[in-house]
Amino acid sequence: MRKIWDFHGGIHPPENKHQSLTQPIRRAGIPAELVLPLNQHIGAPAEPIVEIGQKVLKGECVARPAGFISVPVHAPTSGTVTAVEERQVAHPSGLATECIVITSDLEDRWVEHAGIPDWTSADKATLLACIRDAGIAGMGGAGFPTAVKLGVNPRGGSIDTLVLNGTECEPYITADHVLMRERAEEVVAGTRILQKLVEPKETLLGVEDNKPDAIEALRRACEGTDMDVVVFPTKYPSGGEKQLIEILTGRQVPSGGLPADIGVVCQNMGTAVAVYRAVVHGEPLISRITTVTGEAVAQPGNFDVLLGTPMSFLLELSGFSADRLQRLVMGGPMMGFTIPDAAVPVVKTTNCILAPTEKELPPPPPAQPCIRCGLCAEACPASLLPQQLYWFSRGKEYEKLEAHNLFDCIECGACSYACPSNIPLVQYYRASKAEVTQLKRDQAKSEHSKTRFEARQERLQREAEEKEAQRRARKEAAEARARQAAEAGSAEQDPIQAAIERAQAKKAAAQEGEETPQRPAVAQLDPAQLAIERAKAARAVSADQSPAEKARANLERLQERLAKSEAKLTASREQGAEATIIDALEAAIEKLRPKLEVAQQEVDALGDEAQPKPAPAAEEKDAAQLAIERAQAARAATADQSPGEKAQANLERLRQRLAKSEAKLAASREEGADDSIIDALEAAIEKLRPKLEAAQREVEELKAGQEA
Amino acid sequence: MALMRVTSPHAHGPLSTARVMQTVLLACIPGVAALTWFFGYGTLVNIAWACLVGLASEAIALKLRRRPMGMYLKDYSALVTATLLAIAMPAYAPWWLILVGVSFSIIIAKHLYGGLGYNPFNPAMVGYVVLLISFPVEMTSWAAPRGVNAIEVPGLLDAVKLCFVPGSVDAVTMATPLDLLKQNKTLAVDALWQQNPQFGRWAGVGWEWASLGFLAGGLWMLYRRIYTWHAPVAMLASLTLMAALFDDGGAARSTGSPLFHLLSGGTMFGAFFIITDPVSSAVSNLGRLVFGALIGVLVFLIRSFGNYPDAVAFAVLIMNFAAPFIDYYTQPRTYGHRQGGTASRKGAP
Ligand code: SF4
Ligand code: SF4
Repeated sequence: MRKIWDFHGGIHPPENKHQSLTQPIRRAGIPAELVLPLNQHIGAPAEPIVEIGQKVLKGECVARPAGFISVPVHAPTSGTVTAVEERQVAHPSGLATECIVITSDLEDRWVEHAGIPDWTSADKATLLACIRDAGIAGMGGAGFPTAVKLGVNPRGGSIDTLVLNGTECEPYITADHVLMRERAEEVVAGTRILQKLVEPKETLLGVEDNKPDAIEALRRACEGTDMDVVVFPTKYPSGGEKQLIEILTGRQVPSGGLPADIGVVCQNMGTAVAVYRAVVHGEPLISRITTVTGEAVAQPGNFDVLLGTPMSFLLELSGFSADRLQRLVMGGPMMGFTIPDAAVPVVKTTNCILAPTEKELPPPPPAQPCIRCGLCAEACPASLLPQQLYWFSRGKEYEKLEAHNLFDCIECGACSYACPSNIPLVQYYRASKAEVTQLKRDQAKSEHSKTRFEARQERLQREAEEKEAQRRARKEAAEARARQAAEAGSAEQDPIQAAIERAQAKKAAAQEGEETPQRPAVAQLDPAQLAIERAKAARAVSADQSPAEKARANLERLQERLAKSEAKLTASREQGAEATIIDALEAAIEKLRPKLEVAQQEVDALGDEAQPKPAPAAEEKDAAQLAIERAQAARAATADQSPGEKAQANLERLRQRLAKSEAKLAASREEGADDSIIDALEAAIEKLRPKLEAAQREVEELKAGQEA
Repeated sequence: MALMRVTSPHAHGPLSTARVMQTVLLACIPGVAALTWFFGYGTLVNIAWACLVGLASEAIALKLRRRPMGMYLKDYSALVTATLLAIAMPAYAPWWLILVGVSFSIIIAKHLYGGLGYNPFNPAMVGYVVLLISFPVEMTSWAAPRGVNAIEVPGLLDAVKLCFVPGSVDAVTMATPLDLLKQNKTLAVDALWQQNPQFGRWAGVGWEWASLGFLAGGLWMLYRRIYTWHAPVAMLASLTLMAALFDDGGAARSTGSPLFHLLSGGTMFGAFFIITDPVSSAVSNLGRLVFGALIGVLVFLIRSFGNYPDAVAFAVLIMNFAAPFIDYYTQPRTYGHRQGGTASRKGAP
């Protein structure tokens, strides 16, 4: 027997797992409509690459990753894309998110796919690419892109331990339990692939001792391998990544660090199976095991369910009675969140749908005063003093909160569970974390912008003359071209804008000529997309950019990325994301910082010498990114555009979009396209109209303001 | 379908504040039974009357503070304060003494500081000390235990009369062993023991059994995980250590043996019912060790060298005062941090 360790605190809530364990995994079947949110993972939402009306096959990629920390989305079955729009999804924030909606044709026809059967001889990069292209994100609940976690170790250092998390310590949930019980071979096969990627000295499969059948199945499957099935006593939250690592290795992940810092990588059992399917069979992540349980369903159990299936579909399969339901929880009773509507889809992280009756999980009774009994501190797995954090939270004493390590709270809920006064402690911590983060960000921002301002002043002075000369030259050239574009009605606009419009016109022409897959008009263009388009247009204009400007553009891009990452970090903190995600984001930010410094130096150096030099970050840039940078540089040149001009440009853009959408609608009508497509287009047009009006108003207001 | 939207966790443990308080009340039973057997019904009458006063005071205070009465009255905390104070007072205490003590505990020491959870001092001990200082005679007239000098303890009716019409019945009072030890200047301990039959087997007839009763109740609460062992064990250990250090083998200047100190007066009651009051003690386990240990030391010092024969109440109040400082220096080591220690040292990460 391996030595195992214990962690501080923990609780023993009633397990309630037996209800959903009586039956084997059932196939849920194919629902009429599947809704695929684009943000099923942590990181940038995927970008749709299908059009409304497009036929897709099972396993076909319908949205591509938008950045490093992002994964694609695939069609779970064959059918037609009927909408790309905002839908209600299962997310702690309760916000609607952009989704691809697929109406299934019930034929379930696979796209052509092939795995890497001899993966043992494939190199790491190929395997990682395969995992990433399969859209795999951590399936234990956080949804961090698996390929990122398995790829480069951000802080260097080697990994000696690979941990497979089969703990599933939350009450009610049995998805991993049945997976290990029925598909232990796949778990082990997936783990072998992970081993190849991570090259650990030892591989530990951690399982709580309340799953004897799963343990036996795993042990059998592990025979003859170098994997160790480690069994330890049941206690919540032993499945928390940090707690599990302590149980198995006796080591603690340093505060604010990653498991990789102490040589550990941790993966979920379901993720291992997904990796196996992707690598060996070439199947992307389009289904998962989800537990449906709670007293409001008659036949609790586990389903092999296609992603995007509405939860109501599963509830009906389980014989659910709506009148007995009082809340619907995605996840377990300790860390799960309530969902607004049973129509929301199952996503990559949906391990459980809990439909409790009021008797089963009664609404929280009113909180009583804290009697400082310390039961919360006894329960806290992070060895915090929850009662003190509670007092400080109420008093908004942010410094004390940090001194008492608020940010080491994993929001496991053990303290709230134990509290005899029914105080919703975790709720206080979530709010306080968000407040502290906001406060810090504001501080950092003001400091940062101060230093940046000073540096910028200096730099601007140095460069003023050179820049002026360049600008004049460019302006002349562009104006000449802009005059030719006068028929677009943009004569009074500045050259960059004219170029953008010309580029768009060209693009439209190209689209008419060839049937390239294109973003449907319905989809709201997000700012990034807009930036790319503008970038493409501006490319012609900025071809004569100097290296210094390029470097500056790069710097600005990095700054933007940093700002975005920071925003995301805050958001995740506010939403109470898992510590791993937050850690990862923090790591990403850490990584960006030195790059930013290099870029800054580059800019400074170029400012001094004004001689061409390759931008340091250039090697990892693809053409589109370069274009964005140039666009941003060009944008800087448009800084002297007046608000009126900007508003005018915006108005023009919207007009063009509307025109395009209307054209497409007309075309679809003529072709006799599906009603659903026509409806969707109409809806899109409806959505555009008020925007257009608003833009129009803005232009008028600005004009009026100028005149006044 | 209107679905409820609440944040996690959705499940809650079985323990409630009312349940914690009930457990404390139940845990008093063995000790109170022993007191009643040896000293008569006085303690029970005390408790009954104190509880009535306690509930009334709580209701008045809630009303004045415009708090919802139902919810707070049902948390049993007023009953616990009243009961603990009644147990600590001499049996057959006159009704007005209890009235003053309990109402002071609840209205001033608890509600004036903000109510349950906010009081920095243990309300029962505040009431006790106020009474001891204001009415030293009444507060030190201890009834004589059954069986010493063939004394019979008063019956229930006499007990009620003694309480509400003080002086109506002749009651025998007697110095406690702690008093005797304190006043003793000339006799060796053995001789003192022989002269005064109330010393009993270890630490005083009646007292020793009541102490064992409170010990039993305390162990039961530990078993029920109402509190942790840290404060009581630390207090008993430090008291034992101090007594052992100063015990000079039974000479006239002896301060009493460790066993005598453990089983006499309010030691056990204090260790398991008073210093474990969570509100006014230190919060972390390490903090509670320090808190308990210092109380043990103080109890011994005041008993042996101070002006009062028993000292639990004073020691507890002094340490209540120190609890925030203890908390400050005894923060536990958080997961993933190298050290715990003081809150300030880790202020800047
Ligand atoms: S468990 Fe609740 S009542 Fe007890 S100390 Fe913690 S917050 Fe206060
Ligand atoms: S939610 Fe935070 S404070 Fe509460 S027990 Fe979990 S880690 Fe500790």
